[in-house]
Amino acid sequence: MSTLTEAPPPLAPPAPEQKPPRGRGRLVPYWLLLPGILWLLVFFLMPMVYQASTSVQTGSLEEGYKVTWHFATYWDALAEYWPQFLRSVLYAGTATVLCLLLGYPLAYLIAFRAGRWRNVVLILVIAPFFTSFLIRTLAWKTILSDGGPVVGALNTLHVLDVTNWLGITAGDRVLATPLAVVCGLTYNFLPFMILPLYTSLERIDPRLHEAAGDLYARPSTTFRKVTFPLSMPGVVSGTLLTFIPASGDYVNAELLGSTDTRMVGNVIQTQFLRVLDYPTAAALSFILMAAILIMVTLYIRRSGTEDLV
Amino acid sequence: MTFVNWLRRHLVVIAGLLTLGYLLLPNVVVTVFSFNKPKGRFNYEWQRFSADAWKDPCGVSDLCGSLSVSLQIAFWATLGATVLGTMIAFALVRYRFRARGAVNSLIFLPMAMPEVVMAASLLTLFLNLGAQLGFWTVLIAHIMFCLSFVVVAVKARVMSMDPSLEQAAQDLYAGPAQTFLRVTLPLAAPGIAAGALLAFALSFDDFIITNFNAGSLVTFPMFVWGSAQRGTPVQINVIGTAMFVVAVLFVLAGMLIGNRRKRQKA
Repeated sequence: MSTLTEAPPPLAPPAPEQKPPRGRGRLVPYWLLLPGILWLLVFFLMPMVYQASTSVQTGSLEEGYKVTWHFATYWDALAEYWPQFLRSVLYAGTATVLCLLLGYPLAYLIAFRAGRWRNVVLILVIAPFFTSFLIRTLAWKTILSDGGPVVGALNTLHVLDVTNWLGITAGDRVLATPLAVVCGLTYNFLPFMILPLYTSLERIDPRLHEAAGDLYARPSTTFRKVTFPLSMPGVVSGTLLTFIPASGDYVNAELLGSTDTRMVGNVIQTQFLRVLDYPTAAALSFILMAAILIMVTLYIRRSGTEDLV
Repeated sequence: MTFVNWLRRHLVVIAGLLTLGYLLLPNVVVTVFSFNKPKGRFNYEWQRFSADAWKDPCGVSDLCGSLSVSLQIAFWATLGATVLGTMIAFALVRYRFRARGAVNSLIFLPMAMPEVVMAASLLTLFLNLGAQLGFWTVLIAHIMFCLSFVVVAVKARVMSMDPSLEQAAQDLYAGPAQTFLRVTLPLAAPGIAAGALLAFALSFDDFIITNFNAGSLVTFPMFVWGSAQRGTPVQINVIGTAMFVVAVLFVLAGMLIGNRRKRQKA
């Protein structure tokens, strides 16, 4: 999580030009890199290759699989599971936008308005992490339960009529509907939005706000022209840290949704662990990976922040 | 009118506090329901107050066993990822070498990959190699996805360290080993500790990658997942609440010690 949120460290004074070490010393960096890089090559990169090869195999569990370059698996998988793909993008995208809308005020509050409460609020944002996220997701079953206070209030306020009409809830229920899944996704990934936003907001010099005020900018103008543009790095890494895990998630769709809210993660999980149709599962996983990588690259290019790590 | 003005001035604070409430509400529910006495197998509806589960947190079979499995895996995964990650971080900051760009991408990619993709591809590897799924495959997977996070945390710290301190140690006739153990390592310690803490939290709470590669091994998150189908014992909420309380106490203690040190220095 600290990946994209860590503030850039203050640069140390430049090291005096070191002579390149000779002989054995030259190999030191390679020895340092070797075990870790080997680990990533064998257990991260090689699995990707195996997965790519599995996706073009045919056969059965009993007779074994053989590589037959059967690319039709990809078309069949897409033809059968495009609704789940669409849903993943839609749910994850909605959750990301909601996280930004909900998370920005809180990050702003911590950075500029919390005063001596800053650390307390920050701890309260991080602390829920220490209760297993599955337990917390199950708690939403209680909160959104049929006949519970939330559903009751939404019913009285006729909000459910609107959401029913939009097709994101059904009947007098919230559980087992898209609304519940998006609500769970938003909840689960909100801290991943808030922390990078906070780090980039905290770096803004408050005197810039005063300067904008002195130049007769209204608070809304100050926000639009000064604060928000300066917080862009946080917005970019926050949206990535929310969207990527949310698009592959199957926990929220399984626990809070129904068969009509299954996402691509659910399909991959079922195909792999229950149906044991490895080629289809591998093809789906490969498509998801490619889609994410393309989207992330385009997004980073567009928003112009290349050095995220 | 004054109320509208007040509202306008405090809009950000109100919205922020509402979000904070949204974030904390499930924890409140988890805590309250740890004192519930449910009627059926599921602990989703409030019945009546009871502290039974708190008196007997291990009362459900396999629950505490799964907790101990999770702690063991988290411990070894943290150790492995911290050692390997720290070495990579030092190499990246302190040395010049070929293929730096490739190394950087290899470290960045696991963090930009949906967990389900890593989980599924790792499972294809293990299936192809005919590996026995269980403790070791889960440990391998956890070290793999924790590694990058350690590298980032340690790298940030090592980059901000002043190299002249180590040169001073060498000028004072400290050997390379002595310099490393008595100057470099203590300076890098906060970064290494942050990376290790992150690795522990990530490993302990991981579900998706574990679910794919665990075989019949049951970690604590997998126990919770299974109980969502079979029936949720109140003890799950007890463990969840206890972890929350212990973590908050730890952080508060750390802050108090930090404050006292600052005051002593001042």
